Amino acid sequence: MPIEKFKILESNCVPLQVENVDTDQIIPARFLKATTREGFGDNLFRDWSFDENGNRKEDFVLNNPKFSGKILVAGRNFGSGSSREHAAWAIYDYGFRVVVSSFFADIFKNNALNNGLLPVQVSKEFLTTIFLQLNENPKTRLKVDLQSQEISLLSNGQKEKFQISHYKKECLLNGYDDIDFLVNLKDEITEFENKDSK
Amino acid sequence: MKAKTLFDKIWDSHVVSSIPDGPDVLYIDKHLIHEVTSPQAFAGLKQRNLPVFRPEKIVATADHNVPTENQHLPIQDELSRLQVQTLIDNCNIHNIELYGLNHPYNGIVHVIGPELGLTQPGMTIVCGDSHTSTHGAFGNIAFGIGTSEVEMVMASECVLQAKPNKMRITIEGNLAKAVSSKDIILYIISKISASGGTGYFIEFAGSAITNLSMESRMTVCNMSIEMGARGGLIAPDETTFEYLKGKEFSPDNKSWNLSLVKWKQLQTDKNALFDKEWIFNAEDIGPMITYGTNPGMGMSIVGNIPQLNSIPKESRDSFQKSLDYMGFEPGSKVIGKKVDYVFVGSCTNGRIEDLRAFSKLVKGRKKADWITAWIVPGSKKVEEQAKKEGLESILNAAGFELRQPGCSACLAMNDDKIPEGKYSVSTSNRNFEGRQGPGARTLLVSPLTAAAAAVTGRITNPGDLI
Repeated sequence: MPIEKFKILESNCVPLQVENVDTDQIIPARFLKATTREGFGDNLFRDWSFDENGNRKEDFVLNNPKFSGKILVAGRNFGSGSSREHAAWAIYDYGFRVVVSSFFADIFKNNALNNGLLPVQVSKEFLTTIFLQLNENPKTRLKVDLQSQEISLLSNGQKEKFQISHYKKECLLNGYDDIDFLVNLKDEITEFENKDSK
Repeated sequence: MKAKTLFDKIWDSHVVSSIPDGPDVLYIDKHLIHEVTSPQAFAGLKQRNLPVFRPEKIVATADHNVPTENQHLPIQDELSRLQVQTLIDNCNIHNIELYGLNHPYNGIVHVIGPELGLTQPGMTIVCGDSHTSTHGAFGNIAFGIGTSEVEMVMASECVLQAKPNKMRITIEGNLAKAVSSKDIILYIISKISASGGTGYFIEFAGSAITNLSMESRMTVCNMSIEMGARGGLIAPDETTFEYLKGKEFSPDNKSWNLSLVKWKQLQTDKNALFDKEWIFNAEDIGPMITYGTNPGMGMSIVGNIPQLNSIPKESRDSFQKSLDYMGFEPGSKVIGKKVDYVFVGSCTNGRIEDLRAFSKLVKGRKKADWITAWIVPGSKKVEEQAKKEGLESILNAAGFELRQPGCSACLAMNDDKIPEGKYSVSTSNRNFEGRQGPGARTLLVSPLTAAAAAVTGRITNPGDLI
């Protein structure tokens, strides 16, 4: 499926000040029984967001009316654990388009990029600043510019560059996905197979 | 010629092409699939009107979402039944080999690959499951992928992947009594943290590793992902070749010798450079246990949970949150603590050697009254073998039952869920919040330590019982 193009996003943010958020927290395994990609957002952070009776827990940040927006800001080592792409689908389906953290797990990062969800890795210091600003003013806005690979706090203009491979950047800017690319390589792949079997 | 690591040799020989400032197009030799992470990939192919490019390179099993009793009956849970049926339908449509429920080869994807000889040295292997790293024990590059990548491999037999950095972890020396490969890997993760391997592919080396059986090596490689690494591998040797000889899908007589010649070259060159190296002593490792909610929060079973002031300031809130969830205090001990559940199984410790270790300790003893124990073989073959060699009788005599194969309480997708607040001593791989059921509290251990807890009802050093 072609992914949604990403160029620039300016948005309020939701701070999740927890380290090592694993994909079991993002979407628990018992919600992985679907055979389609849709609807996972309803169960995003299910066991932090809802009690056992299905009522929303008011102390969880997603349920705090002060915070909203398309950018999730989380503690270091975000997305560790299971390779379930459902985690990226759930975050995207909920409405987020960017996750900011000081460190991401590898498989999650790939899964996010393959779905048009941009993982933005910032320094520990910048992450702390963002959390502080959000604590002071929940309406703090971030701007993420993919072309220039810059993330900035709109309140004070503080900014940082972030890394992304040239290939993935082009994919996101243009909405390309990897499968189109690979299917076009079939002759080369077949040639590789023939060479390899000799 | 430049000295190369084993990882480099396998990776470089599978690169179809490289994208400048982008990933490599990596050719995949074996693609394993299961019911949970494949349906959306098949749906994607259908939407694009694409065939499966090389169906003969795919093997499917149903494992994550299956019940571990009454497998001859239709699956009760409607969504689970539909998901398993979708796998059957997709495999039929695309002509893919399926070892579904009740097939003699059925089992956890990372248990059946090796035991059938599908997993071989020098290969590239992927699966939509992070514990694909298990297969690296045979000296191959095996890693978990997401569903979009599963679709990529179905469509092209390739995956776009940036080449990771290389790390070597060397463990020298002999293991003490009651210490197993599970303790080795829990020890390593406790030292380098749950994210210490992120961005790396690991080669495990040293005498403590080469002395291990294949099944024990698989336990080590299995948990590479628990330090964030994409995978871990071990150079193949006589132990590897001996294990593979005569397996269903191993090279047959004619091609065996030719394969051996190739496999014997799969070694890291003497002067090859790694981006990072760790060296540990086997003598420093005792029976291990986790006390928190990520696999890096582990310690010696007789140790103390760290004090808050020994944790970096910015991590203290998360550390405290984790201990609150577990019901533990900083600085306290866990030894002697009463527990409720024991789970033996999973792709980490659901193989025959694991059941042997557990059975040996419980033999002639009785399960503690208050313990609920789930003993789940990793595959039909493991189940059969356990019956054949009398392990089931030993388990039954001690008050345990052998269930049917599947992922079970490792991730609690089926009915095998630990209730809220209960302590589960588990041979699986993740102690995340809610992993074994909402509110469940997981303590990761070896099969021997699980056996010690099962018969005493408490966290017990298995060294005291053998």
